Amino acid sequence: MTPWLWLAAKIGFAFAYLVGAVPVLIMMERRISAFIQGRQGPNRVGPMGSLQPLADIIKFLTKEFVVPLRADRWLFVLSPLLVFVPPMLGFAVVPFGNQYGDELLQIANLDIGVLFSMSVLSLGVYGITLGGWASNNKYSLLGSLRASAQLISYELSLGLTILLAVMIAGTVDPVRIVQWQIEHGWNLFGGGSLWRLPLGLMGGLLMFICALAENNRLPFDLAECEAELVGGYHTEYSSMSFAMFFMGEYIAMVVMSGLITTLYLGGWHFPGITDPTDHSWVGALLSIGVFTAKVYVLLFTYVWVRWTLPRFKYNQLMDLGWKVFLPIALFNLAAMAIVGVILEG
Amino acid sequence: MVWAQVAVYAAAVVVLGAAFLVISSLVRPSRFKAEKFEPYECGVPLIGDNRDRFSVRFYLVAIMFILFDIETVFMIPWAVLYKPLGVAGLVEVGIFFAVLGFGLIYLWRRGGLEWD
Repeated sequence: MTPWLWLAAKIGFAFAYLVGAVPVLIMMERRISAFIQGRQGPNRVGPMGSLQPLADIIKFLTKEFVVPLRADRWLFVLSPLLVFVPPMLGFAVVPFGNQYGDELLQIANLDIGVLFSMSVLSLGVYGITLGGWASNNKYSLLGSLRASAQLISYELSLGLTILLAVMIAGTVDPVRIVQWQIEHGWNLFGGGSLWRLPLGLMGGLLMFICALAENNRLPFDLAECEAELVGGYHTEYSSMSFAMFFMGEYIAMVVMSGLITTLYLGGWHFPGITDPTDHSWVGALLSIGVFTAKVYVLLFTYVWVRWTLPRFKYNQLMDLGWKVFLPIALFNLAAMAIVGVILEG
Repeated sequence: MVWAQVAVYAAAVVVLGAAFLVISSLVRPSRFKAEKFEPYECGVPLIGDNRDRFSVRFYLVAIMFILFDIETVFMIPWAVLYKPLGVAGLVEVGIFFAVLGFGLIYLWRRGGLEWD
């Protein structure tokens, strides 16, 4: 196959993987929530309630779209797209599997992949801020201000923890980071060195917590906490535009989990299941399966955390980001430098 | 070549997103009723203007973010090459780190991080 056909095939796969994850996640979220709270959950539409997401989609499609009269019409229509596109783009550099023949299972093999996804994922804040502001609603404005302040606060720690994985592996190419972990062990466990073990654990944990905050998930969902702000920045949105916010959020969760998997959890490789030298279609499918399994374990943890921890107050949220996570992340990086240069140099 | 792939993917993503919006606009109803177009404030008559002033705290956080984020960006090249750079690199980035750390401590003590 020609390179462009391969690209088309991989783009098709990525769309199916990411957009297809949304109904799965809706179902997962609602069933696990119900399980944790001792409820039934959705169980009427289809066998075991499995067609509930389909019913949701039909509802979203057939609802009226209302642009409030005083809203900024252009920005109001455009911002759902600005929320949807960045997380989708972030997936471009995530290696979701090994190789098939000579073709890497990654949409674009950028050698600065980690930086690309860092920069692209942070663009999502524009859609949220503009959407909330354009609605011309007080709840939306407050929600979007909170969301942007929160996103940029936790982005610092997120960037620093990503940097830690980059330091352990010594490269910003996601494919080579996975390769490094196959040879030396997961970055979460320090990549094969006992000195780096506590740093790797700390970094992985911190990255997951910052990912929760970046994705506006409980306990960090102050941007849309329904008790104070109705719906936060998407209060005024309805029909498919609301669904776009919704999908953007879920896709961001999937991509962020994929990034954590790549940087800290060994990517698509699991010893005993995948063979890095196996470039047949069996090996390719197995590696995609392992990657998917790791991503969904993280996504399960997202839901699990949601029903385990209560929501923070806003000042607690900002204090945690600036006074706890940022110093820890900086310390982590400094310790890594000292370990790497002096103890192992 | 690689960036062309990224560009094609980006274009495909934008088209996909736009397609979602366009498809739903073909299907859904649209009936005018004046009350629907009021900003939602729990059903009571609107109070004040929505383009209001907001807390300067949010502005301060954004400024602090820019400063610290740029410093993070400066650390990326070093993070890739910290082993070959060795002790000399460690000392240099240590000075950089110290400035960053003092900045954070200064901010903290001046109360820039207090939300109340």
